[in-house]
Amino acid sequence: MAYICFEDTFRESMMDAFALARIQFAANISFHILFPTITIALCWFLLFFKIRFHLTGNDSWLDAYRFWVKVFALTFALGVVSGITMSFQFGTNWPGFMETVGNIAGPLLAYEVLTAFFLEATFLGIMLFGSNRVPPLMHTLATALVAAGTTLSAFWIIALNSWMHTPQGFEMIDGQAHVTDWSMVIFNPSMPYRLTHMLIASGLTAAFLIAGLSAYRLLRNDRSTGLNRALKSSVAIAALLIPIQIFVGDLHGLNTLEHQPAKIAAMEGIWDTEKGAPLLLFAIPDEENRENHYEVGIPALASLILTHQLDGEIAGINSFAENRPPVAPLFFGFRIMVGIGLLMLIISFTAVWQLYRRAELNKWTLRALVAMTFSGWIATLAGWYVTEIGRQPWLVQGVLTTRDAVSGVPATTVAGSLAMYLSLYALLLVAYVTTLFYMARRAGSNSTAPPVTTNPHNLPVPAQG
Amino acid sequence: MQYINALVSDHQLPVIFLGLLGISMLVYAILDGYDLGIGMLMLNKSEADRDRMIASIGPFWDANETWLVLGVGILLVAFPMAHGLVLGTLYTPVALMLAGLILRGVSFDFRAKARVGHKKFWDTLFIAGSMLASTTQGYMLGKYIVGFESGLVAELFCVISAACVASAYLLMGACWLILKTIGHMQVMAIKNARSALALTALGLVLVSIVNPLASPTIYNKWFKWPEALYLLPLPLLCAILIVCLFITLRQLPKHQDRHCGRPFAMAVGIFVLAFSGLAYSFYPYIVPDTLTIWQAASAPESLRVVLLGCVVVLPAIFIYTALSYWIFRGKSTELTYY
Repeated sequence: MAYICFEDTFRESMMDAFALARIQFAANISFHILFPTITIALCWFLLFFKIRFHLTGNDSWLDAYRFWVKVFALTFALGVVSGITMSFQFGTNWPGFMETVGNIAGPLLAYEVLTAFFLEATFLGIMLFGSNRVPPLMHTLATALVAAGTTLSAFWIIALNSWMHTPQGFEMIDGQAHVTDWSMVIFNPSMPYRLTHMLIASGLTAAFLIAGLSAYRLLRNDRSTGLNRALKSSVAIAALLIPIQIFVGDLHGLNTLEHQPAKIAAMEGIWDTEKGAPLLLFAIPDEENRENHYEVGIPALASLILTHQLDGEIAGINSFAENRPPVAPLFFGFRIMVGIGLLMLIISFTAVWQLYRRAELNKWTLRALVAMTFSGWIATLAGWYVTEIGRQPWLVQGVLTTRDAVSGVPATTVAGSLAMYLSLYALLLVAYVTTLFYMARRAGSNSTAPPVTTNPHNLPVPAQG
Repeated sequence: MQYINALVSDHQLPVIFLGLLGISMLVYAILDGYDLGIGMLMLNKSEADRDRMIASIGPFWDANETWLVLGVGILLVAFPMAHGLVLGTLYTPVALMLAGLILRGVSFDFRAKARVGHKKFWDTLFIAGSMLASTTQGYMLGKYIVGFESGLVAELFCVISAACVASAYLLMGACWLILKTIGHMQVMAIKNARSALALTALGLVLVSIVNPLASPTIYNKWFKWPEALYLLPLPLLCAILIVCLFITLRQLPKHQDRHCGRPFAMAVGIFVLAFSGLAYSFYPYIVPDTLTIWQAASAPESLRVVLLGCVVVLPAIFIYTALSYWIFRGKSTELTYY
C-alpha cells in the first residue's frame, strides 16, 4: 500500500527517474558518511588510549578503551554495510559514470578495496575479539592496522572524489577518459585540501562524540575511571583541531575559487560580479529573480577573505550562464557548516580553559558538550552538500554531466528502492543514536559495582575450550 | 609495471581479470556462505545457542563480506559495460540483497549492545536479513544462468535456484558449526547438514538439467564430443564428494571429535566443483550469449594498474586472512570484547 502511495505522489509531482536516482544516491552516501566520519578518527583515539595504557599501566586508559571500542564496533558495522550499498549504486543507477570515466574511477576504487577494506575488516576481528588470543602488542598492532586501513580508505576515495572536481592527467578518446599520468590523477589540485579538510572533520566529529557521551555520563554521576581520560583527551584534541580546520577550510575555499568559481559565487550568494563584495551573514537567495532578500552582510569582507584585498573582484553567479549550481543549498549549507565550526571553537576553548583552571567542567559546559555530541555529523554533511551540489550540473567537472550518467531504470522502480532505503536508514539511525546513549547509561550503572579486577599488563588469558 | 607489460598481452588481460573475478566470487560464496547459513540456522534456536552460533562467526563475517565488494569492484573496474548491464537488469533483487546484508550486518552488533528486551527483535532481523541475502543471491544466479530472460519458466527456475543457493549456504553453515562447536550444538548441526546436503544435491541436479536446456551454447559445450570429455570429471567428482559427505555425516560425531573439519572441507570441494562447472560453461561470456569478456573489458592501461595492485596485495590479503583464521582456530569461545 505504501508503495502505491509513493508511486502516485511521485507521478503527481512529476519527479523523474533522474531526480529519484539523485535523491537515492544522496540518501545512501549521506547515511554512509556518518559512520566513516566517526570511525576514521575514533580508531586513532583508541590507539592513543591503548598506547597510553601500555606506557602508564594505568587501568583508566583501558576503561576508556573498553567503552569506546564497543562504540567503534557498532559504528564500523554500520559503515561497512552502508558502504557495500555504495559499491552497487554505480552500476545500478549511474552506469554512465563507469562507462565514461571507469578507467580512472575503477582502479582508484579497486585500490581502496585491496589496500584498505581487507586490512581493516580482517584486523578488526582480531582487535575486537582477539585480546585473549594474541599477545598484547599484537593486539595494539591490530588496532593500529585498522586505524591505518580506515585512513587509507579515506585517501583513495577522496582522491577519486577530488578528481571529479578537478580532473587532470587524462585524455578523452571516443568519449572515454584514458589515463595519461596516474600521479596527476591521484594528486589532483583539490585533493590535498579536501583530504586534510575531511580527516580533520573526522577528528572533530569523533572528538565531540567522545566529549558529548562522556559529559552525558558525568552528568548522570557516572564515576568510571576512564571517563575523565576520554573527556580530557577529546576536548583537548577538539580545541587543537578546530583552529587548524578553520585555516585549512580557508585554503580549501581559495583552491575552489581557482578551479570552481561558480561554486564560490553560490556559497557567498553573489549574483553579479562585484568588487569589494560583502560577506553575507544572512540572506534568502531567490533563484527566479536572481537576487537576495533580507541581506545582512559585512562590507568588503568576502573580497578580503577570498582575494586578500578589500576591493578584490569576485565573479558573480550570473557570469556562469547555464553551467552553474543552485544557490540556496550552497549558501545555507556553507553557513551551517561555518556556524557549527564556530560553536565548536567556542565550546572546546571554554572547556579547555575550565579544565586548565579548575580541572573539571561546570554543569553548563557539560550540557553544551552533550548538545554538541553529533554536531560533527551536521557540519560534515553540510560541507559535503556544499561541495557536491556545488559541482552540479557536472558529475565530473567539465567532462560528464550528472544527467548523462543516469541509468534507464524506470522511475517507479527507483521510487520503490528509495522508499526501502529511506525507511531502513531511518530505523538504523534512530537505533544507533538511542543505542549509543543506552550504552553510556549502562556503562555508568556498571561502575557503581565494585571495580572489576583487571589484568594490569594485559597478559593473555588462556582461551577456553 | 614494465614486467607486467612484458608478461601479459592486452588480449590476456580480460582473461586474467575474469579469473580474479571468479576467485573473489567463489571465496565470497564459501566464506559468506557459511555465515549467511548460520544466520538462517538460528531460526529455531534458543538464545544461548544463538549466542554460540554468533560467536563462531564474530571475528570473520566482516572480512567475508569484503570479498563481495572486491568481486563487484572487479566487475566494475574490469568489465564496466557488463557491470551496468547486469546490475541494471537485476536492479530490484540487488536492492533487496543489499537490504538483507545491511540488516544482518547491523543486527549482529545491535543484538549485543541494545536493550536486553530488544535482543529478540535484532535476532529476528539478523535471521530475516540472512535469508533475504541468500535467496536473492540465488535468484540472481538463476537469472544469470537463464541469460536474464523473463517468463514463467525462467522465473520458476530462478526460484529453484534461490532455494538451491540457500540450502548450499545452510550446508556450509552447518559444516562450519560442526567444526567450531561441540556437544548438543554439534549434534544439531550434523542433523542440519544432512538435510541441507540432500536439498543442495537435488538443486545441483535440477540446475544441471535446466542449464543446457536454457542455452544452446552450453548444450554444445556439455554434450558435443570431445568438449563433453573435458567437463566430465567435474560432475563425477562432485557426485563422489556428495556421497562421501553423506557417509561422513552419518559417522559423526566421532570419539575425541576426530574429523570434525572434514564436512566443511568437503562442502568447500562441492562449491569449488559446482562453480568450476558454471565458469567452464559460460566462458568466454561475461553476460551469457551477449557480451564476451573482451567486448566488456576496460582499457588495458587501467587494467594493468589494477593487476599490479592485485599481484602485490592479494597474496598479503590471503596471508593475513589465514593469520586471522589461525588466531581464532579451534572451538569458538564466548565473544567478549576486549
